[in-house]
Amino acid sequence: MSSVLYDAPGPKARARSRMISVIGFVLVLALLAWLIWALGAPKASANGVVQPGMWDATRWDVFSDRQVWLALGRGVVNTLKMAGVAAVIALILGVVFSFGRSADHKAIRIPTTIILEFVRGLPVLLMMLFILLVFATGAYWAGVAALGLYNGAIIGEALRAGIQSLPRGQREAGLAIGLSPLSTRFRIEFPQAFRQMLPIIIAQLVVLLKDTSLAFIVGYGELLREGVRNLPNFFGERYQFSFFLVVLAIYLAMNMSLSWLARIIARRSGPKAGKLVDPEPTLTPKDSLASVRGSYSTGETAGPGSA
Amino acid sequence: MDAVIENLPLFLEGFRNTLGLLIFSGIGALIVGIIVASLRISPIASFRTFATVYTELVRNTPLTLVLFFCAFILPYLQFSPGYFQLALIGLTVYTSPFVAEALRSGINGVPVGQAEAARSVGLTFGQSLSYVIMPQAVRMVIPPLINVFIALTKNTSVAGAFFVFELFGVGRRVTNDRGDEVIAILLAVAFFYLIITVTLGQIAARVEKKVAVLR
Repeated sequence: MSSVLYDAPGPKARARSRMISVIGFVLVLALLAWLIWALGAPKASANGVVQPGMWDATRWDVFSDRQVWLALGRGVVNTLKMAGVAAVIALILGVVFSFGRSADHKAIRIPTTIILEFVRGLPVLLMMLFILLVFATGAYWAGVAALGLYNGAIIGEALRAGIQSLPRGQREAGLAIGLSPLSTRFRIEFPQAFRQMLPIIIAQLVVLLKDTSLAFIVGYGELLREGVRNLPNFFGERYQFSFFLVVLAIYLAMNMSLSWLARIIARRSGPKAGKLVDPEPTLTPKDSLASVRGSYSTGETAGPGSA
Repeated sequence: MDAVIENLPLFLEGFRNTLGLLIFSGIGALIVGIIVASLRISPIASFRTFATVYTELVRNTPLTLVLFFCAFILPYLQFSPGYFQLALIGLTVYTSPFVAEALRSGINGVPVGQAEAARSVGLTFGQSLSYVIMPQAVRMVIPPLINVFIALTKNTSVAGAFFVFELFGVGRRVTNDRGDEVIAILLAVAFFYLIITVTLGQIAARVEKKVAVLR
């Protein structure tokens, strides 16, 4: 139960900590309650018209309409469609970039490095706008291409770091048994690097899913545009806040379940799976979800089994 | 090229606004991030829960949605200090959990033996944190923190879509006026972004090298 950072609390300290805990909890709860109450209170606007509060039934009755849910579902499908295609492109580009970046020939390595630096230094949104205006591709392909290129560059960097972190003996062994440099890279180094970097790659794919919301700005009809722009425009401004909350909940559900999946995969096939030595214990828990599930002692979750 | 040269004042104004967004929301995110990170490692359970929930919620919300909340919902709830300030709030909230996570990974990078040594000579939680752990953690935290700020620089472009006149907004407006020179205009915008991101990247690389020598 003890953490490295502080003593195992005695009865007095435990009581004090429990008291502060309860007070903090009550404070947060009170703040939330106040927020909910403040949102729910009817407001008088400047011209004397009293608007109903945010939890009033007239602001939520729209959700009994099937069309609303169909529209939201369409938005979700569009978001996933963009994220899926962009993820495939990003993975392929990532492999290509990592090979180009660690190529033996300068003629390949240097241009790839420049392209990577350029792409990584630019906002995705700017790339979307560029592709949309210059290549006139339509919003969907502009979004897919920009997300694929940007995340491909990041995945490429991760894979390159993975290849670089391998022991040199791996490459030498491959060459020694007569494989060509390219097939050494492809058959010996790359599979190991990919496995080692899998958690980072999946985390990047979560970012990609989140970033599809940027396509809202270049005019693609994904979840955000459907939910917080089109539907309130159609059904009326007074539903804006309700639609916002629903869209937020959908996004949180999608992203959190993907993050959760990412953590499971990372734990199964991450860098730890193949290692003989336990990773170094750390001062605070490594995995944020583990700390939600387990106890909150900072010292306890250190070590391989609990991460 | 003419379109860029003619509109250079606009570009500079956008650049200034981008820098303003970066600096102010950077400072804000740093402050909130430090608070969240210290709540995250505090001995009191409810503080840790609160910080964890906050981090998870905000990290899984798209920035566009956060800024939409700030630009549309907050004014609708009769809180409207102007779009630049609203964007600042949004960027600060969105960036703070990333700062907190960077700080936490820096604290994790300090070997456990250091904390054990600090504890065994009788330092309290506060003392061991401020005299032993933090001085080492801060050093390790700077490169990932700079990466967070590079990401923030790129994220300020989203504010351009929510009525803040920064570089992305400039790009959109000027391309609307001069549809014939889209490539030059957008490359100019890209150039201004690269000034910030490449500089920060260089600093990060240099600091990283220095830290590696020290440890």
